[in-house]
Amino acid sequence: MTHQDEYNFAYLDEQTKRMIRRAILKGLAIPGYQVPFASREMPMPYGWGTGGVQVSAAVLTPDDTLKVIDQGADDTTNAVSIRTFFERTAGVETTTATTDASVIQTRHRIPEEPLTEGQILVYQVPIPEPLRFLEPRESETRKMHALEEYGLMHVKLYEDISRHGHIATSYAYPVKVEGRYVMDPSPIPKFDNPKLGDMAAVQLFGAGREQRIYALPPYTDVVSLDFEDHPFEASKADQICGLCGAEDSYLDEVITDDRGGRLFCCSDTDYCLSRRNAGFQGPAFPENEVTK
Amino acid sequence: MTPLLSVNGITKTYGTHIGCADVSFDLYPGEVMGIVGESGSGKSTLLNCMAGHLVPDAGEVVFDTRADGPKDTVTMSEPERRMLSRTDWAFVHQHARDGLRMGVSAGGNVGERLMAVGERNYGDIRDKATDWLERVEISSDRVDDRPTTFSGGMQQRLQIARNLVTGPRLVFMDEPTGGLDVSVQARLLDLLRGLVRDMGLSAIIVTHDLAVVRLLADRLMVMKSGRVVEAGLTDQVLDDPQHVYSQLLVSSVLQV
Repeated sequence: MTHQDEYNFAYLDEQTKRMIRRAILKGLAIPGYQVPFASREMPMPYGWGTGGVQVSAAVLTPDDTLKVIDQGADDTTNAVSIRTFFERTAGVETTTATTDASVIQTRHRIPEEPLTEGQILVYQVPIPEPLRFLEPRESETRKMHALEEYGLMHVKLYEDISRHGHIATSYAYPVKVEGRYVMDPSPIPKFDNPKLGDMAAVQLFGAGREQRIYALPPYTDVVSLDFEDHPFEASKADQICGLCGAEDSYLDEVITDDRGGRLFCCSDTDYCLSRRNAGFQGPAFPENEVTK
Repeated sequence: MTPLLSVNGITKTYGTHIGCADVSFDLYPGEVMGIVGESGSGKSTLLNCMAGHLVPDAGEVVFDTRADGPKDTVTMSEPERRMLSRTDWAFVHQHARDGLRMGVSAGGNVGERLMAVGERNYGDIRDKATDWLERVEISSDRVDDRPTTFSGGMQQRLQIARNLVTGPRLVFMDEPTGGLDVSVQARLLDLLRGLVRDMGLSAIIVTHDLAVVRLLADRLMVMKSGRVVEAGLTDQVLDDPQHVYSQLLVSSVLQV
């Protein structure tokens, strides 16, 4: 390959990365505030994580180790394609082990393994504006953020309780950051909400189509919104993992046949595999299969 | 006695066209002021200037705030003005759809202002919402229904409940009975009169329907081409109009 055929490190040109880094720094300085940025066209469709990819490209260095997860799994289409993308354009090391990664791009989950200082968690965000479905005017929602008028967010929770008897919002559950900005944590299950606050790692949120970046610096105060008489509750399926027997992890429900058979298993594949390698077994684990 | 609202020389022009010009009046606590005039006479422009929806070109609107006493709402900061408009002020739109969230249940609509001022107890909010629905004669079992399933009259009453739930001191009404049929109008007026008297509200009612002001308003201003041409006690103006235009207006009312 001649020099001209090569991509710049991590695909984006240096000026673009500089612009994105400025947006990230601003986001870190004002936790929860949505910073507009000039999102670029990426070689993948909107909705596939163009925002997250641009943020990852801007923070990656050649020494980094990258992990990409989609709904907790390392082996799904979105995760595999983005991981391959950065293998080809940045040549960085990739891994599926949460503890080995320095940058983790994620869609819809936070890894079960607690993250540590020095790690960066990059979220792919479809709609960054938590007030969007209640107030469609962007000019108005910006004003509401500026003036801290968040009564409307509780109207949504009120509607949930009046219709379902409890707060039925189970993902993209709105949070208040440092007592100031109300933020959409991207469509993570509300099971993951408690992990957002006081996390040791840096959390960056990128929305490519909506052209917004926001961030949570380490050890930020994040509170899930609720009512006094209907407090926030992190929920998961009332089962244990069929493969590794974990009781504390977020579970996926997998249909296994057309006769009503189903399997609950950890959505975080790395967590599940490392537990099985450590000798844990769930009730559905095939007896004679050899652990990888 | 300090006036609750003191309007001095409000002027608003749209280019060379006059919206309203040099309007001044005082409104005292518990008083209901009617503003009548034909379409395009500047009634709604004046109302929107007073309620902070439009910025007047000149003049001041001094409101007697609870915390700091009389304050000009035109020059006060936007957060302060917005805070006023969801606590001490209420605005009833002509079309209920403009003032309601159509995708949110009746209870949520009434509760929104409560949540906006920091109420965070679901049970309390719901009790207050149900109580207010009953006060505006909407059955409490409709609390979870969306306003789209309500009739026009019910939507208007829901809008009134939603506005009055935080106990405002001043209500702006823009043609509150417009677009409703006469029997529904009569009930709504009856309800409004009761609420205004019970809560000791001050109100400014813009309308072109003289019957509405006859029933509700203590005082009346007649507007023509953006200017106030006559002002006085309601009965005095309606029974003995002095200005040519007021005379025309009063004589134009159809007698059944």
